[in-house]
Amino acid sequence: MPNSIREEKLAEKLQITLADKVVKSQIEFGELTIMMHARDMLSVGKLLRDEPDFGFDTLIDVCGIDYLTYGENLAIKHELRDKRFGVIYHLLSVSLNHRLRIRILAENNEYPVVDSVTEIWPVADWFEREAFDLYGIVFDGHHDLRRLLTDYGFIGNPFRKDFPLTGYVEMRYDENQKRVIYQPVTIEPREITPHVIREEHYGDCES
Amino acid sequence: MAEIRNYTMNFGPQHPAAHGVLRLVLELDGEVVRRADPHIGLLHRATEKLAESKTYLQSVPYMDRLDYVSMMVNEHAYVMAIEKLLGIDVPLRAQYIRVMFDEITRILNHLLWIGAHALDVGAMTMFLYAFREREDLMDCYEAVSGARMHAAYYRPGGVYRDLPDTMPRYQSSKIHNEQQTRSRNQNREGSLLDFIEDFTNRFPKYVDEYETLLTDNRIWKQRLVDIGVVSPERAKALGFTGPMLRGSGVEWDLRKKQPYEVYDRMDFDIPVGVNGDCYDRYLVRMEEFRQSNKIIRQCVEWLRQNPGPVITDNHKVAPPSRVNMKQNMEEMIHHFKLFTEGFHVPPGETYAAVEHPKGEFGIYLVSNGANKPYRLKIRAPGFAHLASLDEMSKGHMIADVVAIIGTQDIVFGEIDR
Repeated sequence: MPNSIREEKLAEKLQITLADKVVKSQIEFGELTIMMHARDMLSVGKLLRDEPDFGFDTLIDVCGIDYLTYGENLAIKHELRDKRFGVIYHLLSVSLNHRLRIRILAENNEYPVVDSVTEIWPVADWFEREAFDLYGIVFDGHHDLRRLLTDYGFIGNPFRKDFPLTGYVEMRYDENQKRVIYQPVTIEPREITPHVIREEHYGDCES
Repeated sequence: MAEIRNYTMNFGPQHPAAHGVLRLVLELDGEVVRRADPHIGLLHRATEKLAESKTYLQSVPYMDRLDYVSMMVNEHAYVMAIEKLLGIDVPLRAQYIRVMFDEITRILNHLLWIGAHALDVGAMTMFLYAFREREDLMDCYEAVSGARMHAAYYRPGGVYRDLPDTMPRYQSSKIHNEQQTRSRNQNREGSLLDFIEDFTNRFPKYVDEYETLLTDNRIWKQRLVDIGVVSPERAKALGFTGPMLRGSGVEWDLRKKQPYEVYDRMDFDIPVGVNGDCYDRYLVRMEEFRQSNKIIRQCVEWLRQNPGPVITDNHKVAPPSRVNMKQNMEEMIHHFKLFTEGFHVPPGETYAAVEHPKGEFGIYLVSNGANKPYRLKIRAPGFAHLASLDEMSKGHMIADVVAIIGTQDIVFGEIDR
């Protein structure tokens, strides 16, 4: 890929500047991803924004991910080490026109906490609220960590892999009580197309 | 002296100027906004979670329903992410068709934006004019996909089918007699490309009409100039993209800076604003009308001269033709596997972004090798824009909040997802 020369140079520079803070870096499809320890996120974030060589002035996206059912081989490949929750940052430099993806993993599976980057990129505000809402990842230092997308008074973190697609409660208008009530869901969870992972080279004509 | 307290007011979720289901809690000091706290999520459908339980192909129509005024561009980012992971090439003709429909969609989106924005600010006529043109473009959607809005036309590997040779026509009724119907069908006699070309010939004049109504209009300027000013530095920090960022004077457009499909072969300009107020963002979008129109013309010209396949011939991803499917055993199996199990995407992760009419629309796709995505994250431009509403409306009058919501081009389908 001709485009990845820029990414390789960036990866090299990152390796020199950040040294041991980068756990792993890889280029796939012309996109540079670095893995870091969650504790380094704040200091590295500041550096990435302010250093003229990097100039990551915009944070495009922050999202949570739940690696619960990711699969053994991939978990080893990505060095998850039984950590369940990750946060993924997509950085963009408008001035230098390059992108970077950072993945950090929350240390604790029961109570995942990572540092908030709202001080560095104000745009992270809602993205972090969303990840908190949907995955229950707590962002330490966020000034206003409330639920964002789910209903008022919602219980649970709907995007976790152990949360059923149908949810637990449904809402309807009750004729007798003359108000909207919550009740346990009445629909059965069903899967029309099964989730299948084929072995490698399945159906290849050449092999 | 009596104690003076700030007044808290609920704006929406059922307010015509809220552009959908926005509940805005405004803290007012007299008529001046001190704090705006948008409560979103009333249209949250968990598209990302639903996608995890569906095959890749089954999620394509869900993308239409994200930003439901720029349907095909949403699909575009999604299929681009899948194509990247699969490593398949898209035929050149399909790329041109995609670019053409991306730009048609951009005009569609901006038409709705100008209609709704002007209506909020008080110019009723604009709404009617904008919807007149939208009608023609929706007919283009109908011609290629059969649906006027939720097209599901872009597929991994290309587009669903080639451009049709005929346009859908009006039929005479009690309201329109034979003669009227004939004149309404005049530009629908030829192929879809003829119709689109006819539209591109008419459209610049329409944009002039809009500009006559608004650009130098005293009331329009009073309502927009110096409202919601965002500096370039601040715009970047707040994660603005698209016309919101360009309105602040930052020259940034993915179509130019990180070109995808055949945008690098297109001749067009990026308009940028100077002051970063609502009026500049209005001017930027008006110019985008003209530039999109220019791109569509270039695509029409190329598409006329270069027939060819519009979807990849890799039948592990795209279905075989109907005839082959009925005659060839292997194609039959492909067809069966594709529509029961779906295709498998090799493990990996990717982020594909397109220049959506509203900004950068991105799909972050994580696959673990299954026939369904492991994680799909939709990066909606409006999400970052609406998050800045508090900062943009602070210190403005309550009526300006409506102008700011209008300028942000809020659509709840993509914000709540």
